[in-house]
Amino acid sequence: MSRPDFWIIQTFNGLSYGALLFLLASGLSLIFGVMRIVNLAHGSYFMLGAYVGLTVALQTRSFVLALLGGAAAIALIGIGMERLFLRRLKGQTLGQVLMTVGFALIFQDLALLIWGGDPYSIPVPRALTGSFTVGGVVFSAYRLFLIALAAAIAIALWLLLDRTRVGALVRAAVDDAEMAQGVGINVPRASLGVFALGSALAALGGVAGGGFLGVYPGTDFEVLPYAFVVVIVGGLGSLPGAIVGSVLVGLLDNFGKALFPELSYFTLFAPMALILAIRPTGLFGRG
Amino acid sequence: MTAAAGDALRLEAVTRHFGGLRAVDAVSLTVRAGERRALIGPNGAGKTTLFNLVAGVLPVTAGSIRLFGEDVTRAPAHRRAARGLARTFQITNLFPGLTVMENCLLAVQALTPVKFSMLRPVAAYPRLRARARAMLAAVGLETVDEVLVANLSHGEQRQLEIALALAGQPRLLLLDEPTAGLSPAESRLMADLLAGLDPAITVLMIEHDMDIALALASHVTVLHYGRVIADGTREEIRADPQVREVYLGA
Amino acid sequence: MIRRRALFALGVAAALALAGPLLPAYPLTLVTQALIVAILAMSLDVLLGYTGLPSLGHAAYWGVGAYVVALLATERGVGLAGCAVAGIVLAALTAAVFGLIAIRAAGTYFLMITLALGMVVWGLAFRWVSLTKGDNGISGVPRPDLFGLGSLAGPLPFFYFTLVAAVLAWALLGLLVASPFGLTLRGIRESESRMRSLGYNVWLHKYLAFVLSGAVAGGGGVLWAYYNGFVSPTDVQLITSVEALLMVALGGPGTLAGSVLGAAVIVFLKNFVSIYTKRWLLILGAVYIGVILFAPRGVMGALRGRSRS
Repeated sequence: MSRPDFWIIQTFNGLSYGALLFLLASGLSLIFGVMRIVNLAHGSYFMLGAYVGLTVALQTRSFVLALLGGAAAIALIGIGMERLFLRRLKGQTLGQVLMTVGFALIFQDLALLIWGGDPYSIPVPRALTGSFTVGGVVFSAYRLFLIALAAAIAIALWLLLDRTRVGALVRAAVDDAEMAQGVGINVPRASLGVFALGSALAALGGVAGGGFLGVYPGTDFEVLPYAFVVVIVGGLGSLPGAIVGSVLVGLLDNFGKALFPELSYFTLFAPMALILAIRPTGLFGRG
Repeated sequence: MTAAAGDALRLEAVTRHFGGLRAVDAVSLTVRAGERRALIGPNGAGKTTLFNLVAGVLPVTAGSIRLFGEDVTRAPAHRRAARGLARTFQITNLFPGLTVMENCLLAVQALTPVKFSMLRPVAAYPRLRARARAMLAAVGLETVDEVLVANLSHGEQRQLEIALALAGQPRLLLLDEPTAGLSPAESRLMADLLAGLDPAITVLMIEHDMDIALALASHVTVLHYGRVIADGTREEIRADPQVREVYLGA
Repeated sequence: MIRRRALFALGVAAALALAGPLLPAYPLTLVTQALIVAILAMSLDVLLGYTGLPSLGHAAYWGVGAYVVALLATERGVGLAGCAVAGIVLAALTAAVFGLIAIRAAGTYFLMITLALGMVVWGLAFRWVSLTKGDNGISGVPRPDLFGLGSLAGPLPFFYFTLVAAVLAWALLGLLVASPFGLTLRGIRESESRMRSLGYNVWLHKYLAFVLSGAVAGGGGVLWAYYNGFVSPTDVQLITSVEALLMVALGGPGTLAGSVLGAAVIVFLKNFVSIYTKRWLLILGAVYIGVILFAPRGVMGALRGRSRS
């Protein structure tokens, strides 16, 4: 492969991975920003979304239903967790960590119980399985789909946050939850909505990723650190941060694996450490 | 302009912005060594923000702060404490999970190298304990030294606030509403305690109780919307019509 | 107070020492494992329970200690002293570098940064195959000779060695938390702003605690490598760091003894439950949730809370 082709392909692959990370991490960033909740089960949402999507896809033969079904199911789980358990742990970081890990372990075992330990691949529409050639370089159609999906979601989120009343409420809560509550914004309800949205997005990412990376046990703790790195780099509660962070992490991870396979995680986390050293609250964060 | 030798605190055009809001606007004031000064003004006038700037908790947007002749504008809070600055907090800020004695020990060892001692127990430093006990006795808390701070009454906690601030033998003491939340009887006790402070200590206090403020302070600075609108002896301030209008009349 | 706790702990150690020869091989190795893991838990307690810093990447320093021993012992034939010193020093150095990045952050950010830093170590263990053999791990770590006094290959001699090491770690950490420095850490946990206004360089004290804690965790890792004979990326994965947190939380943060108790409970739970059911992950998850719901201050916290009021 010629040199420029290599860079083009790697950039494209990095962007598509970043697209997946955006779906995973944007919700996490919003949840952190509004509720300051640490949720180590966020990777589990990604994984469970993929499993549910798999079942829906196999039953209904519809990829769209798989995407929607996965998102909806996990949104419900997320709401349940927040309402029944996490709400009582406001401000207790250690408690949140341990409780959400507990749930993550339970989810992991339940997934093993229900779907078994074999890896699966979510069946995707024919149109997305091929590849197309531009200027002599071959691109995967599915990766393009991921980028398009993430871009669409990003735009939708931006419109939601910037143009709607609901979005303004959420932004106020991110800025200063106490003040928002003080001016009459129903912060608990907004928080619940954000939590549901965040978990649904992660699940959506899981289904989308499932058609491409496959669905297998262990995904949950595999993607979790990536989600955290994106949020750390981009800054808590910031949509532009999540976008920039995912693109950056996607590109770094991809180029790192391609150029320095033995040090790949290091090439990912070292720039993160550097960014933190300069801006402790992330690129777009407010700390 | 050179600072005179006897200046404990010299603020020059100290300003602090929060976005578009000027919480503190070009405040200049000089507190001479040994002086007792009250900082008064309506709610929101910027008094606590000014304290936070002097204490080093907030960075200034502009201006300079000199502590006993030394420029501490960029110095972090702990460095200013080492230079003789101590403060109390308006909202009680103690160590709730520790005993009264442990709270005091922390204050007493703060400016000594003992705080880095890792292999000898605290009990091996009897002199620290003696000093801590003396501090507690000075504020009348020696009988509750083994009680958890979380279990103290509000009045006792305010007393401990003072004890912690005095433990490091400060030269400049910032008192942020020392009588906040106290009953009239407790306030009187606090006033007696403050009146009995070592005259060598310079005191700058924010106080809403005008009687206590004017009784303890020889000089008064009045803040309004982040700006100094009056600055002088208590007699001058009492007579100032602008101050009356803004604050005393309320 | 300190003397009473010290006597109690020494009593427990003496009881274990006496019970050693009487225990069958499997329980003996479990007790040995619990003691080693207790060192990790205690080191984390200093950071979490005493200083108030929740680290989600503590397994990294444990892992550095373990990998250093595994590499030096299998590839260079380095003896016990050399391996132990190298392991602890490198773990401390790792904490020193990571601390520079992590300590600037507060609260949730600290948690996330330590998680990411822990992943750096995992990533290196997993991917730097030429050094760490990646996922295959390094096996065949031999039990060392105890400075010429004899081999530690047998379960009983190694148990006694571990017991001494654990008691030593407990004594050092016990002195640390009872010292003025320990009091400083607790003050930081209770109110950083007050500590700053009193004149403490809070960053510096946190940093020192971080490095010391990492060094002790590395010591635990050294023992682990010898105990297990095998070191792999699972020793530094996220879930290992989280388990350490669970042990501290279960036993009671800020009590040291609680961490030992928590370590013992989790080690025995993991080993016994997995014998009887395949659903031990589910049970472990339920334990996590149960601890937070029913015993937020841990076992020791609950016990001491009752005696203090």
